[in-house]
Amino acid sequence: MDFSFVGSYSGDFLEGFKNTIYASLLGLAGSFVLGLVLAVMRIAPWKALRAIGTAYVEFFRNIPLLLVVYIFYLGLPSLGADLDGFASGTLGLMIYTSAFIAEAVRAGIQSVPAGQMEAARSTGLSYVQAMRLVILPQAVRIVIPPITNQFLNLVKNSSILGVVAGFDLMYFADNVNSYTFQTMETYMVAAAFYLILTVPLAYATNVLERKLARTG
Amino acid sequence: MDFAGAFSSDNLLFLLKGFGMTLIVAAVAIVLSFILGTALGLIRYSRIKGLGTLTMLVVETIRNLPLLLIIFFVKFALPEVGIQLSTFWAAVVALTLFEGAMISEIVRSGLQSVNKGLVEAARSSGLTQAQTLRHVVLPIGMRRMVPPLVSQFISLLKDTSLAVVISLPELMHSANIVYGHDVSYVFPVLLLAAVLYFAVNYSLSLLSKRLESNEGARRRTPGAGKGKPAAPAATAKAQA
Repeated sequence: MDFSFVGSYSGDFLEGFKNTIYASLLGLAGSFVLGLVLAVMRIAPWKALRAIGTAYVEFFRNIPLLLVVYIFYLGLPSLGADLDGFASGTLGLMIYTSAFIAEAVRAGIQSVPAGQMEAARSTGLSYVQAMRLVILPQAVRIVIPPITNQFLNLVKNSSILGVVAGFDLMYFADNVNSYTFQTMETYMVAAAFYLILTVPLAYATNVLERKLARTG
Repeated sequence: MDFAGAFSSDNLLFLLKGFGMTLIVAAVAIVLSFILGTALGLIRYSRIKGLGTLTMLVVETIRNLPLLLIIFFVKFALPEVGIQLSTFWAAVVALTLFEGAMISEIVRSGLQSVNKGLVEAARSSGLTQAQTLRHVVLPIGMRRMVPPLVSQFISLLKDTSLAVVISLPELMHSANIVYGHDVSYVFPVLLLAAVLYFAVNYSLSLLSKRLESNEGARRRTPGAGKGKPAAPAATAKAQA
């Protein structure tokens, strides 16, 4: 194996790596906020909100990410909107991942025994106060490990940008491969870049899982 | 948007054929990744010296890479070392490696969740380690693995769509061809694809929920089911 070509293509790899990080961070922020809103909708005391939240989560959890990205990349332009690969890919990541985050948050909140909410309400707290002061602080501990895990998935899934010319690591790896024909080496370098991001996240998930389980 | 044109009988038949390929690839990969995942999970659970560490390294590397990269690698890099696979088998092998690594983690943690006291009791009643695994740990652990396994299989079915990058003639590939003819077909075809994926995956998730609640009911009913003594913590939590 000969990795000497990597030097002359380091600019491509680094540009792709930068865009992968960029898409992951945007996706992370967007899906976290959207996921929280959806989780609150799913446990809200109003039926209509619950129905919308549930429909969203079930729909996007059960279709492929590629399909969500295609809706933005091919579907919207066919109606006249103009989105490039990076924007469609990142929006797709947000929409798709938010469904999983919503599910993790909902499960966490509902794992707090119902008696807690009843006790808080009967001491005179409003629903929102009880949620904020009693339920959420307990739920956060249960919710953190699955959410870190979703972020790990999001980083890996960001490679979907490569399919829609989103200028990420996967896209540039394909590019370098088509110039050098050193396929094995090119994908190994790309893999190393992904592992730089994912291994620390996987480790953090493990540590958090153990730590929060012990104190909880 | 042109629903009538997009859903002409020729197009519908073509798309359904694509979905047939999606289901076949998924089914083959589910069986193979389950076998691979169980084997790797057992190796890691039984802590065989050397082999366990090696398995851990390989599994963790694969688990932390994008599946897309693994698909490219299997299809385009492996031929450089003499392993040439057809598109179908490249997709199946890549899916099996990736999902197998995921499943091995589910199997390992499922087995490790079985109460240590139960294992000790089995060993001290004279069962060998292999017997303990077969008669005590596996039956209890396997039942707990069902919900995460089903969600992994749902992921696998969705992930088959990534094989579009190596032109496997599955649903997304067929969709690309159909709306390649006419841009007004894009939305109708994507919608149909979403409905097909959703129908299968949602049914699977309902099935998993049913299995889970049956399991929960059995555990909560005193004296019913073999699973009960194994899960005192779960029972206590469920009743709290």
